[in-house]
Amino acid sequence: MRWAGDKENPVERRAMINTLLSGDLPRSRLLSAVLVLILATLAAAPVLFPGAQAINTAAKICVFVVLVASYDLLLGYTGIVSFAHTMFYGLGGYGVGLALYTWGPTWTSALAGLSVALVTAIVLAFLIGLFSLRVRAIFFAMVTLAVASAFAILAAQLSTLTGGEDGRSFRVPELVRPNTLIELPFAGPITGRTIAYYVVFLSAFALFLAALRIVNSPFGRVLQAIRENDFRAEALGYRTVVYRTSANCLAAGMAVLAGALNSLWFRYTGPDTTLSFAIMLDILLMVVIGGMGTMYGAVVGATLFIVAQNYLQKLMGAAAKSTQALPLVPDLLQPDRWLLWLGVLFVLSVYFFPTGIVGKLRQA
Amino acid sequence: MVEQDGAATASGASEAVAAGGADYLPILLVPALAAAALPLIGNPVTWITLTIAALAMGMMIFVIASGLTLVFGLMDVLNFGHGAFIAIGAYLAMTTLVPLAGWIQADQLGLNLAALGLAILAAMAGTSVIGWAFERVIIMPVYGQHLKQILITTGGLIVTEQLIHVVWGGDQKPMPLPTALRGAITIGDVAVEKFRLLAMVVGLAVFVAMLLVLNRTKLGLLIRAGVENREMVEALGYRIRRLFVAVFVAGSALAGLGGTLWALYRETLTAGIGSEVIVLVFIVIIIGGLGSIGGCFLGSVLVAQMANYTGYLASKVALASNILLMVIILMWRPQGLYAVGGR
Repeated sequence: MRWAGDKENPVERRAMINTLLSGDLPRSRLLSAVLVLILATLAAAPVLFPGAQAINTAAKICVFVVLVASYDLLLGYTGIVSFAHTMFYGLGGYGVGLALYTWGPTWTSALAGLSVALVTAIVLAFLIGLFSLRVRAIFFAMVTLAVASAFAILAAQLSTLTGGEDGRSFRVPELVRPNTLIELPFAGPITGRTIAYYVVFLSAFALFLAALRIVNSPFGRVLQAIRENDFRAEALGYRTVVYRTSANCLAAGMAVLAGALNSLWFRYTGPDTTLSFAIMLDILLMVVIGGMGTMYGAVVGATLFIVAQNYLQKLMGAAAKSTQALPLVPDLLQPDRWLLWLGVLFVLSVYFFPTGIVGKLRQA
Repeated sequence: MVEQDGAATASGASEAVAAGGADYLPILLVPALAAAALPLIGNPVTWITLTIAALAMGMMIFVIASGLTLVFGLMDVLNFGHGAFIAIGAYLAMTTLVPLAGWIQADQLGLNLAALGLAILAAMAGTSVIGWAFERVIIMPVYGQHLKQILITTGGLIVTEQLIHVVWGGDQKPMPLPTALRGAITIGDVAVEKFRLLAMVVGLAVFVAMLLVLNRTKLGLLIRAGVENREMVEALGYRIRRLFVAVFVAGSALAGLGGTLWALYRETLTAGIGSEVIVLVFIVIIIGGLGSIGGCFLGSVLVAQMANYTGYLASKVALASNILLMVIILMWRPQGLYAVGGR
């Protein structure tokens, strides 16, 4: 038993951090520094950045850390490529969003929507896994691509339910509405926006730690064994189909939660923000650039990518203007073409840094 | 897993790449699907029109998918960037057709076809060069690593699509259809669009040519042997790598041809045209059995039938119905209609 006033001893503290991170420490001073910086900035974001764009960026980073971490569970740890991750993300977004839209802005309807989305997603993930993971891992990539495209088209077509291409804007429960003001006993008034941010931030933090827990459990070890050599894993007596399908369901469930957080923060859900193939590519880029199979890569990759997305485009616009006299160069530097450069970066990092930024930092 | 692979090799050995052999059951699916659609559609004239449209669309998808499935069968490489070749082919064809506007607008079949032939030639030449470069730069370093292959080729797809934006601009472009190919021929009550006939002829020609090359030439023999067992062919002293590059280039050229046809069929062109078709192409390859040309042909027709019938009956679920088709076929045969070489 320890009391709040007790002086913590360093050994105990280290043991606590070790437990919190499931024994999987960053294993690099620079990486630890980067992670602490990101965590501190995100934790203090409402105080540090009063502007709307900065806080939106921070919330988006939180959501994507969860989404990318859950994708890393599949791609980096189990070694299967899924193109349906946005489908599950969208299910979460639409589940909560449509529930709030139809049943009114209460926590009950949000939770009901979330449960429906979770069950649907896990059943879908189970069925897809059962169908395509049985035969070959490459089948899975193709099947998920096809199913996700069909789902995206369906969501856009069923406009009476989903709002079609325009998506749906909805009201969130009163506690987390932007214009809510709550008087705290010691800290003064706090807006609903700030509360919403901390709901997103703390949920993301907890989910990330949970993902870390999963990959460092005996279950996670088996997943890594399957990634390295599925034949041998099967020979050792592990039913690879069962493990792969479970990983698929877990990742799907986590993606649903990320989608729900996204809906809660942005108070909007639509095909372009949750279901499009472009988002899927973003997730792929974040995982690969951050570092596959490292979990911390999700944090680094998502942060880097989203910050770049918001601020690099402005830089490219300026660069395009200053090179206007040259042929073709301004076209290449046009802000809309930023995906081109990320694509190049992606290809190069798969070749030269397959372990991404985190792997590089750990080597150094 | 192990048992399945063993069983598949045993059954796969009896089947050639082409839909030869004794297994005719999957072929019956095409008339069965058509017959099932008739009572739902009701009107026989509409039904015939839809079926012909489906055959034409199926041929276009086949042209695109055949290269992809053969590349996979031969070298275990699944190119997610195939969609980029479709788009590049279509854009090259459009660029060729612009200066030939006089030939296209002339109401002479000869001049029209000459313009179209030149456009197709340009598209195929362009995509084969790009395919060769793609193979060298993007795919060669990651042979045998499925995960990296998928990632790298997806990366290649992003970069190529963005480069199309840089070169041709992002907005939708019109794709001029030659005058003689506009409109329809009416046989009795049934109207058949002329362009669909052309697409059908081209697709069938590609299929027949491919079957002849695969079944009647030494090159085809090597390709079929390579699909069945790569190491053995290598042990006999053949350089399967060169063969593979040749097949990859041919597959890219076919994607260029298919892209041109598809763009003419749609009459408009956007950089996303490849990604749009590639989903159907993947479904086709899964249904047909990875690496099987015969399965690919049947799968293309089935997918196009499903797309056209449901497009008429309930357009909102057109793609979802194809997913359903895929699920049903995989429940029947988990490796696709024709399993090849234990895949």
